[in-house]
Amino acid sequence: MSEIKKTFPIKGMHCVSCVGLIERSLKEVPGIKTATVNLATNKATVAYDSALVSDDQIQSAVAGAGYQALINEELKSEDEEKVVKQKELKSLRRKVFISLVLGGLIFWGSFPGLMETAPELFRNFWFQLVLATPVQFWIGLVFYRATIPALKHRTANMDTLVALGTTVAYLYSVFVTALPAVVEKAGIEPMPYFDVATLVIGLILLGRYFEAKAKAGTGEAIKKLIGLQAKTARVVRDGREIDIPLAEVIIGDLVRVRPGEKIPVDGVIEDGESAVDESMVTGESLPTDKWSGDTVVGATINKTGSFTFRATKVGSETMLAQIIKLVENAQGSKAPIQRVADTVSAYFVPIVMILAVFTFVGWYVFGGPGALLYAILNTIAVLIIACPCAMGLATPTAIMVGTGKGAEHGILIKDAESLELAHKITAVIFDKTGTLTKGKPEVTDIVVTGELPEDKVLALAAALEKGSEHSLAEAIVAEADKQKLILSPVVKFQAVAGQGVEGVIAEKLYVFGNRKLLEREGIDWLTRKDEIEKLESDGKTVMLLGGGGQLLALLAVADTVKESALEGVRALEKMDIDVYMLTGDNKRTAAAIAGKLGIKNVFAEVLPGEKESKVRELERQGKKVAMVGDGINDAPALAAALVGIAMGSGTDVAIEAADITLVNKDIRSVAAAIKLSKQTMRTIKQNLFWAFGYNVILIPVAMGVLYPFFGWLLSPILASVAMASSSVSVVTNSLLLKRKRIV
Amino acid sequence: MDNIIVIIVGVILVAFIYWFFLMKKSRSVAVDSGQVEIMVSGGYTPEIITVPVGRKTVLNFTRTDESSCLEEVVLGDFNIRRTLPLNQKVAIEITPKTPGEHVYSCGMGMFHGKIIVK
Repeated sequence: MSEIKKTFPIKGMHCVSCVGLIERSLKEVPGIKTATVNLATNKATVAYDSALVSDDQIQSAVAGAGYQALINEELKSEDEEKVVKQKELKSLRRKVFISLVLGGLIFWGSFPGLMETAPELFRNFWFQLVLATPVQFWIGLVFYRATIPALKHRTANMDTLVALGTTVAYLYSVFVTALPAVVEKAGIEPMPYFDVATLVIGLILLGRYFEAKAKAGTGEAIKKLIGLQAKTARVVRDGREIDIPLAEVIIGDLVRVRPGEKIPVDGVIEDGESAVDESMVTGESLPTDKWSGDTVVGATINKTGSFTFRATKVGSETMLAQIIKLVENAQGSKAPIQRVADTVSAYFVPIVMILAVFTFVGWYVFGGPGALLYAILNTIAVLIIACPCAMGLATPTAIMVGTGKGAEHGILIKDAESLELAHKITAVIFDKTGTLTKGKPEVTDIVVTGELPEDKVLALAAALEKGSEHSLAEAIVAEADKQKLILSPVVKFQAVAGQGVEGVIAEKLYVFGNRKLLEREGIDWLTRKDEIEKLESDGKTVMLLGGGGQLLALLAVADTVKESALEGVRALEKMDIDVYMLTGDNKRTAAAIAGKLGIKNVFAEVLPGEKESKVRELERQGKKVAMVGDGINDAPALAAALVGIAMGSGTDVAIEAADITLVNKDIRSVAAAIKLSKQTMRTIKQNLFWAFGYNVILIPVAMGVLYPFFGWLLSPILASVAMASSSVSVVTNSLLLKRKRIV
Repeated sequence: MDNIIVIIVGVILVAFIYWFFLMKKSRSVAVDSGQVEIMVSGGYTPEIITVPVGRKTVLNFTRTDESSCLEEVVLGDFNIRRTLPLNQKVAIEITPKTPGEHVYSCGMGMFHGKIIVK
């Protein structure tokens, strides 16, 4: 049974009797242990068995009493965790300081060449024992505390090695201090090694301190994202504008946003217009103009205008919450490259212990005079220098920094495997409509052929098309809206099937449509034949406006390419990646768009069901393919590709079929994602090389394999310095990823 | 003579280390109630759990061990990495979709536990 406690706002409370009513109805739910409602804060706190009670049951119990429970999962507060962590770090810093000072004093009193300068007291073995004991058993308690339960589980970790190594040094030193004559009899100079025990503990904890500080930086991206959310929202309720905590905003609330304010939740603008800075969520650097009907995203910043919007997504459903979830998931996943390190880590500590036994036996048997001392010191060095932590940290820290960095640029990576695979990509297939292009036709050219100016012909065409729902008509009307043109009323409107529309405006008949319509009306368009054909060869649809027996204008409409597309394609080509475009359009239109973007490889007239086979076709040629699409129509093709990249649509960021989602919809981000993958993989490989290399090279050195050739041995103190710096250097190297440029 | 004793003790120690750490066998604990308490101290207790396929199971991790190794738990197959604050229960919900074995570990891959899905 697991009892959990939840606090959530209640809506609709106004008196003390409400409190009793809600509490009673909550307590009637089987599994709810306690329920307390606070009128002052309008919140309920419920303790219940999570196996028996669901959020829905709590919500319906409160609803049954006539109120509303707002159990929208709030984004978790990391403040508490941060305070605990800071406390831990502070205590660790104090322990490091004490152990290094005491260790330093012992070192001063015992290191040959230095000890002569030390006061007599520091050279006294018993005094050294007094200084070393608190370090060994108070500061070093952390190692014993970790070792004992681990041994109960028949497992061991780095703490076990440190506990073993320092205990051996300490006990040997106690023995020398207490019974120097016995040691002397064995032919060994009676010198204790309290400095080894204390300095090793101090230095390893120092390494841990730096490691903890650096590790906190690897998870910064999530904290930054959580910090983005607004604290309050200004909602219109019962005709009044009131400020309420974010958690109390419910779907359907009308929210007011003033200039400079943070948009609290996701929604659709009802009234007003503004430019919104969405860079913090999508990575898009330029503010986006928004007006009535446009979606807004929580945590983005309203720049200049003021508007109201209807909340459509709150709590854990908002885009920001989904992004956080996605990044958290990615950071929790394991990259395939990590498997080797995982396997080695699992056997590492017992193997090091076995090597330590070999070291002791080898030195004792073959070490010659004073062999026992060498055997002890080298065994300690082996135990201390082994650093499984560096191997364990090599991959996950880089993945955490990499996925976090991606999120900052609007590149959401599903898991570590996707991030790893992306660096292999040799070919990228772009779906055309909605990916390379905006997916919405726009007016691209207005060629005036009569006496009327450009805005006038556009207003006439838009007036005629206003009633039509055709996508080309929408483009004309949208352009007129954008230019804020006033449209005159149309009478005797008539749609001519397959040709266009006609109607009377200000007592004059106008026609707007294709060439056939103009011919029907006896209007000559052949004089402009060349211009029409040129526009059409660019993949545009040309519509003609005629009036008073004259051709007045040519209006060309086309699905325009995204501003980022050309640069995005070039960036990929610079990385020696083949770029393909895939479209259902005819070859001429496809060639026109591809030509504009410099794409040489085009799959035109591809039926939606055939997209997947095109991906497989390239894969059969040995290419590692990334497919870039909208994630909805292209789902099978995205899934078939090695890496599926989807353009985030609206506020839905968790696109199932995609390995990578680009919430910024920026084509340049495809190259950026691949670059990020390459940089992350390089960091992981460097880390693994360092972590493995470190252990593979230095453990034998600590064992003394170089002694017969060069007379080299590794002091346990130096071993602890090396060990402490190895995991710090791995984490620091991962953090360097943050500084690399991906766009 | 002492050399021989050291060698014999060394061999015995190596054999002991091998047996103690690398030949241990843990028994699996069946979880049918939908949730299980997992103590995190020097490893995971119970270390191996068996959970039913397709059903939500809540794993309640409570870390009582100060070792920094254990401060994170990673269920890689479920894309979950969670910090385990000392002496606090952290509930992790999983709904395994297919039968199989999923090894989970601490943040550095030193301590391991296993979820068997049947």
